[in-house]
Amino acid sequence: MIESSVQHLLDHAARRDPQHAAVEDPAHGSITYGDLSALSDRLRDRLVQCGVRPGDRVGIYLRKSIDAVASIFGALKAGGAYVPVDPWAPPARNAYILNDCAVTVAIVEKRFLEALRAELARLGRVPTLLVLDGTEGGRSLAAALEQADTGSAAPPAQTVTPASDDLAYVLYTSGSTGRPKGVMLSHRNALSFIDWCSDTFRPDASDRCSSHAPFHFDLSVLDLFMSIKHGATVVLIGEDVGKDPTHLASLMAERRLTIWYSAPSILSLLAQHGKLEQHDLAALRLVLFAGEVFPVKHLRALQRLLPHPRYVNLYGPTETNVCTSYEIPVPIPDGRTEPFPIGTTCAHLRTKVVDEQGREVPPGQEGELVVSGPGVMHGYWNLPEQSARAFFEDESAQWYRTGDVVVQAPDGTYTFLGRRDRMVKRRGYRVELGEIEARLYSHPNVKEAAVVALPDEEGATQIKAHLVWAADRAPSLIELKRFCAERLPLYMVPDVFSFHDGLPKTSTDKVDYQRLKDL
Amino acid sequence: MDQISDAIRAFILTEFLPGERPEDLTGDTPLITGGILDSLATIKLVSFLEEQYGVTFQAYETDVDHFNTVSDITSLVLSKLGPGRAR
Repeated sequence: MIESSVQHLLDHAARRDPQHAAVEDPAHGSITYGDLSALSDRLRDRLVQCGVRPGDRVGIYLRKSIDAVASIFGALKAGGAYVPVDPWAPPARNAYILNDCAVTVAIVEKRFLEALRAELARLGRVPTLLVLDGTEGGRSLAAALEQADTGSAAPPAQTVTPASDDLAYVLYTSGSTGRPKGVMLSHRNALSFIDWCSDTFRPDASDRCSSHAPFHFDLSVLDLFMSIKHGATVVLIGEDVGKDPTHLASLMAERRLTIWYSAPSILSLLAQHGKLEQHDLAALRLVLFAGEVFPVKHLRALQRLLPHPRYVNLYGPTETNVCTSYEIPVPIPDGRTEPFPIGTTCAHLRTKVVDEQGREVPPGQEGELVVSGPGVMHGYWNLPEQSARAFFEDESAQWYRTGDVVVQAPDGTYTFLGRRDRMVKRRGYRVELGEIEARLYSHPNVKEAAVVALPDEEGATQIKAHLVWAADRAPSLIELKRFCAERLPLYMVPDVFSFHDGLPKTSTDKVDYQRLKDL
Repeated sequence: MDQISDAIRAFILTEFLPGERPEDLTGDTPLITGGILDSLATIKLVSFLEEQYGVTFQAYETDVDHFNTVSDITSLVLSKLGPGRAR
């Protein structure tokens, strides 16, 4: 059957096997396909009652949970695009996001409500807020709907069949101008990618897939929609277990996961601290990772502990989701230390390497990777100039500029070399150093701020802020970290601060970032 | 109690706040929401406490509701040691 929308993936799976477990939350139970479909139908009816119309945005401000999955599908069924925010990011940043894309309704957990409402009020517009007491296995959403129904039940609405170019979700990533930017992705974007996953990984209903990435991170698109398309079971991994290697290893074994997908950083931790040798992970058949370079030392350690699964390096920015892939040999040959290639182009996309003028360069010559095809985003929400800059057209297609510098080997595989701009990756997340600088400049005592990223001894990204401070007494590290943590997601808070009388400048009086890196 | 909280403060200062004035880290300083303990730092602190005091932690116990201040962490360790073993 040809699927026309992401939400129909769920309804088709529910019709095939309504009793099969769709989602498991190890902390709060599980839900079958039939119940997940019915719960999201009820939310759809309520959202339509609240005024959600096709094309509207619906904010999701919930912890990782069955309630959040049902909310995503409820929003889609109402014809909306879901906008998931990181519930642990500062409320001011999340309010900015929900206000920026003008959500009609936001589904919010009570513990975040007060702070969010205050921040939204400050921005001048408070959308309809559907409040959940908690996030407990779908029961919290059901209870909230029950309560909303006591006034009058929402009349049954139709599940919307969107056009393939209609938006399915908007994912906000760090923005270089100091504000997060919303990447607009359509049903066609999602489905073309998921179809590629089907062909490449051959999942079926017996698979049990991890959902490690939070829903505002694009890895979750594979986790949720590939699994649900095939009637498999998604195992949700909450934020607390997700960063804790010993508990994570137990969970992988107890839940008999067959497919794992995450950023490399947590896999490195699992290899080092997970005590994997104490667990039976025989069910695991596929280990997928994306988001940043996996240091070979840790990847080799992981393979020694878990030699039986296939390992695949997936690469791609949020704007395209995965666009290249590379299967890692098992075992990794002794003596290899350089990172593996990002691989070859996914079948649903086209890629090439271009120079500054957009002219294709031959294999062996470095250049920027550009991407074309049905997986590529529609642009950035409400940012026409940045959207225009992200693309260029030639006689054959419209191309998205990834900003990533790569080189192609004669056999066609790409190797990632670095960035053209000041974006870095930290634990798989995109971090625009300019966004950190913009927030630092909002401190009354910051005269100048320049932020650089440096590798630490483990090869992970360390963020260092150089400041020119206006007051006599330098602030405490605790004060500065707190200032940042109230304005930025935790993964963007600098590790180190250093103070200077002035910042080094180039001959054109710009901050000399190269010299700062050596300080 | 004081010994445990002093040990936790000393560990955090050395590992995650090098150069910080010790008096600026109080029992109520927010650690997770204050940007001091990220996920990797939390793992290091948990391993330190597990080795030092022979206790183990559930994943949810290291979240923002239970692990956000030196006072919270001290109470958590004490509750695991039990009344007879508090030092």
